[in-house]
Amino acid sequence: MRERIVLGLGRLPLHGMGAASVTWWGTLAFMLIEGTGFALAIAVYLYLMNLATVWPINAPPPDLLPGTLMTLILEISLVPNILLSRWAEQQDLRKVRVGIVIMSILGIIPLIVRIFEFPALKVSWDSNAYGSVVWTLLGLHTTHIITDVVDTLVLAVLMFTRHGLNLRRFGDVQDNAMYWNFVVATWLPIYGCIYWLARL
Amino acid sequence: MNGPPTAPDTRDADIERTRLPSVLAETWKTPVGFWGALVTVDHKIIGRRYIFTAFVFLAIGGVLAALMRIQLAQPEARLFGPDRYNQIFTMHGANMMFLFAVPVMEAVAVYLVPLMVGTRNIAFPRLNAFSYWIYLAGGVLLWTAFALDMGPDVGWFAYVPLSGPQYGAGKRADIWAQMITFTELSALAVAVELVVTIFKQRAPGMTLDRIPVFVWAMLVTSFLVIMAMPAIMIASTSLILDRLVGTHFFNPAEGGDALLWQHLFWFFGHPEVYIIFLPAAGMVSTMIEPFARRPAFGYLGLVMALIATGILAFGLWVHHMFVAGLPRLGDSFFTASSMAIAVPAGIQIFCWLATLWDGRPVFKTPLLFIIGFVVTFVIGGLTGVMVASVPFDTQVHDTYFVVAHFHYVLIGGAVFPLLGAVHYWFPKLTGRMMSERLGQWSFWLIIVGFNATFFPMHILGLEGMPRRIYTYQPDLPWHGLNLFISLSAVILIAGFLLFFINAIRSAHFGEVAPDNPWDAPTLEWASTSPPPSYNFAMIPVVSSLHPLWDDRETLPVAAGLRTDRRELVVTTLAGAEPQAREASPRNSIWPLWAAIATTIMLIWSIFSPWAVIWGSIPVAVALIGWFWPKGTPEDES
Amino acid sequence: MIRGACKAGSGPLLAAPLAACGGNWQSALDVYGTAAIGLKQLIILIVAVCSVVWMLVMIALIVALWRRRDAQAQAPEPTRERRMTVAIMGAVVATVLIIGTFTVMSFIATRALNVAGQDDLTIRVRGLQWWWGLEYVGPDPSQRFETANEIHIPVGRNVRLKLEGLDVIHSFWVPSLAGKQDLVPGRPNELTIRAERAGVYRGQCAEFCGMQHAHMALLVIAEPQDDFDKWANAQRQAATQPAEEEAASGLQTFLAKPCAACHTVRGTAAAGTTGPDLTHVGGRRAIAAGLFETTRGSLAAWIADPQTIKPGNNMPLVPLTPEELRAVSAYLASLK
Repeated sequence: MRERIVLGLGRLPLHGMGAASVTWWGTLAFMLIEGTGFALAIAVYLYLMNLATVWPINAPPPDLLPGTLMTLILEISLVPNILLSRWAEQQDLRKVRVGIVIMSILGIIPLIVRIFEFPALKVSWDSNAYGSVVWTLLGLHTTHIITDVVDTLVLAVLMFTRHGLNLRRFGDVQDNAMYWNFVVATWLPIYGCIYWLARL
Repeated sequence: MNGPPTAPDTRDADIERTRLPSVLAETWKTPVGFWGALVTVDHKIIGRRYIFTAFVFLAIGGVLAALMRIQLAQPEARLFGPDRYNQIFTMHGANMMFLFAVPVMEAVAVYLVPLMVGTRNIAFPRLNAFSYWIYLAGGVLLWTAFALDMGPDVGWFAYVPLSGPQYGAGKRADIWAQMITFTELSALAVAVELVVTIFKQRAPGMTLDRIPVFVWAMLVTSFLVIMAMPAIMIASTSLILDRLVGTHFFNPAEGGDALLWQHLFWFFGHPEVYIIFLPAAGMVSTMIEPFARRPAFGYLGLVMALIATGILAFGLWVHHMFVAGLPRLGDSFFTASSMAIAVPAGIQIFCWLATLWDGRPVFKTPLLFIIGFVVTFVIGGLTGVMVASVPFDTQVHDTYFVVAHFHYVLIGGAVFPLLGAVHYWFPKLTGRMMSERLGQWSFWLIIVGFNATFFPMHILGLEGMPRRIYTYQPDLPWHGLNLFISLSAVILIAGFLLFFINAIRSAHFGEVAPDNPWDAPTLEWASTSPPPSYNFAMIPVVSSLHPLWDDRETLPVAAGLRTDRRELVVTTLAGAEPQAREASPRNSIWPLWAAIATTIMLIWSIFSPWAVIWGSIPVAVALIGWFWPKGTPEDES
Repeated sequence: MIRGACKAGSGPLLAAPLAACGGNWQSALDVYGTAAIGLKQLIILIVAVCSVVWMLVMIALIVALWRRRDAQAQAPEPTRERRMTVAIMGAVVATVLIIGTFTVMSFIATRALNVAGQDDLTIRVRGLQWWWGLEYVGPDPSQRFETANEIHIPVGRNVRLKLEGLDVIHSFWVPSLAGKQDLVPGRPNELTIRAERAGVYRGQCAEFCGMQHAHMALLVIAEPQDDFDKWANAQRQAATQPAEEEAASGLQTFLAKPCAACHTVRGTAAAGTTGPDLTHVGGRRAIAAGLFETTRGSLAAWIADPQTIKPGNNMPLVPLTPEELRAVSAYLASLK
């Protein structure tokens, strides 16, 4: 077919940020997948709980301390996380470097707390279905923290290389910050299930 | 990696029009040879490869079906013992659902959607390459296990406790569960690519009401994949945990529940049917236009029907569990919702009939398959209404009636449109036409063979024949019909053989196809047959639902993209207004490394839980290599 | 085979004519149970309506494809499009009406599934790989007894079946009497059946349950109350001591070999519970969950090589000399 030029694209930016970026949408789609996964895992928890005559099965409720500490740390991490995202939007490399280092540390600390959370469940995954589901919920969330921490660390390294000063990197930092918000947000219902529903 | 073929920031409009294709071809090329095959991220090469692989799985899955028909042709036949037969029917189901039906629909979309929305590559092309490798690995895992007599033998829905640690001995059920992980991973990846491609890479001007119906169908399907597949991932992971590390999700003695598996499985499993059917419905709506020589009637109705089906799909999983002993009142709710899905299906059928009524039909093979689709799918839909009724279902559940029903839905409802689609889009895929004469012969053999094979199964089911039996006793009156079915299957197989012969022959010796052999109205036909690596020398600009019918001579396009890097246009979600000139990633070997690392981790984890920890390290390394900036022009911003 | 027994069997076991033997004895279309009769009416009605719907669609399709058309192409034109919209709306409304009716009908039929009235008899049905364990539960504990694979019920009485899956999921389905119901481990289910006519009805497991899913049949024998009472009384008795010498030596072998570890013969030391209760196995029509008619020969064949006859089943091959085999099968056949 013959072509007739009716539109000029020459002035468009070389990379879109936020909703104009395909990676932003991709991240959103993956969050939808994983969010569905979390929702279903919680549904399994509620289903088994509804089925059981006593809940938790043959175990005391989990210790509140490590889980609550975890919740606090995650909540606090939201502040630098949102700041980091804003700095990335402003393309302020110096501040982004500071922010991403802080977020790397704030990503690793929860992993240390998590080590104490598993024993605080006071039930083993192979004792009964209750143990299985709380370990799975906690494990599922832990994999998400680890994934995001690895991503944050890689980005942190990148920000200190020649690849740092690039609109794409700032976009990646924003997407990563959005994903961390998601990791924190999914923790809240899981925290409620594991620590508080078991006390009802 | 070669440098850019033209100087930095060269725009297409600055280059002589005749020289533009060669410049773009250099930027977008896939290296020839084996290395090129490993590194390519071209959606057309990957899509073709995906389609080809899926049809290979269809063929070998069909061989299993033939073996079952030989066994069942007479009572107490001893061609196979129960152990092998149970593997065969499980393999047939798992293969057809997970390795053929879902992947083939996504494969067609991987090839067509970027062309139909007028862009140069799918979103996340490296993820696309990764998804193919993972899919291939899952298929090879399943079939290798079968060849080693380790094939799963628990049915394609692997009900616990039969598939659980106590009764599912060996590694058979684990292989089934891990094959699920492979195929769902690839399906989810493709779903994400398609959603983002359709949301953000549509040609300028392709507003929501100018999206071809097939693309709409794939958008809805992709959302179904995204919402439904996590359920089976959770289910299969829990099953592996039960089997490998002793969790008790499905063990009633320790607070678990056997029906939990069924809920999780069917929460995925029923949408799965629509994941297969909706793309087929989209194909019909799109193909019917050139063959009725008028626009599909009721565009809005067709699109709304797709969306409604997608939503309702999540509200009917319990109809697979009507005889499991759930509360009857709840069952009745699911009867209502299952019946309700007949409404959007009906709307589509009526719209297609209206299109044919008002159009001037051209009786070519694709239209024949559409007609065959209406004839058989309506039967499948009506038997679907029957099994949606709880009391009706108590007599036919898990019998050959259900076997007949879902083959009518899946073959009549999805494979017939797919075969039509292959004839229809074959010139775009290969640059050659399929033989019309062989096409019509294969159509008649398939439609006659199919109905003669599967219709009597309704009667067998009502006469009391349960599904999944490896044989039956001579004192049951099923012998005659079973023999008839097995003989009819010969006709069906002959039809499929003829189809494969036609496809292979035409790919090599078929008549050379023009760009738009069917006078079709959608954008993929604006490109050459087959399209160049960059799809469109200049991105089309769309101003209606049928751009190629508005003006058959000239194509409105947009200029100003760079030629020295892979560049395409990102547009707004609803209005499709240009937002950015985005780079599209280059070829890369990293997706293959990532797929290999993932495969090792997943197969290893069948045998040891530590695989998840140690195996994830190479996966992480591969992913970092994948995303690490390479300093190519594509990284500029 | 067992079918043959059904035809010839109206003598000693059953005085009543075997109605079901004339037709198909495992079919949702040859129905002799209260529930199945109602279901068949529903099935026929729904199938009939659906057939009409299909034919209407086919007529519309044929007319749409082959109606006469003007030679000239016509562009879509508003009045015609509007008329088509109206036609489609009409078809959609018809669809809604039909499925609405079906929904209401099946809701009503679902409520009727639970056969009305008092239960006259309760039987625990246990699904096992690959046979059916049966326990007749009476109001007083002395009335209870165990048997396997062959359910006797009185005609015209409501019989409540308590369904339990003991290993994997099975499904109880005797299509001539009622729709199916799953036996799910950890989730007891119930099903009430009532036979309207005397006869022998066959059923088989309808949920895939592993290797021998295909050979997990059972018989339901519906007989007049008197015959049923006679049968039940006989079943409550322990096994009689074998009179013949061969059978007596069979009993000795049965007890000495591993047989007794899995099977119970009440009145002897054999008290295993993994396999079917054999106290009156010789009186049952079939062995190995419906596989063979019960004869000395089939019993001997079964014991001699259970893994070839029913591959994968849980009965091991117990090595016996030819004499022992003959004796054991003679003994078992004598357990009427």
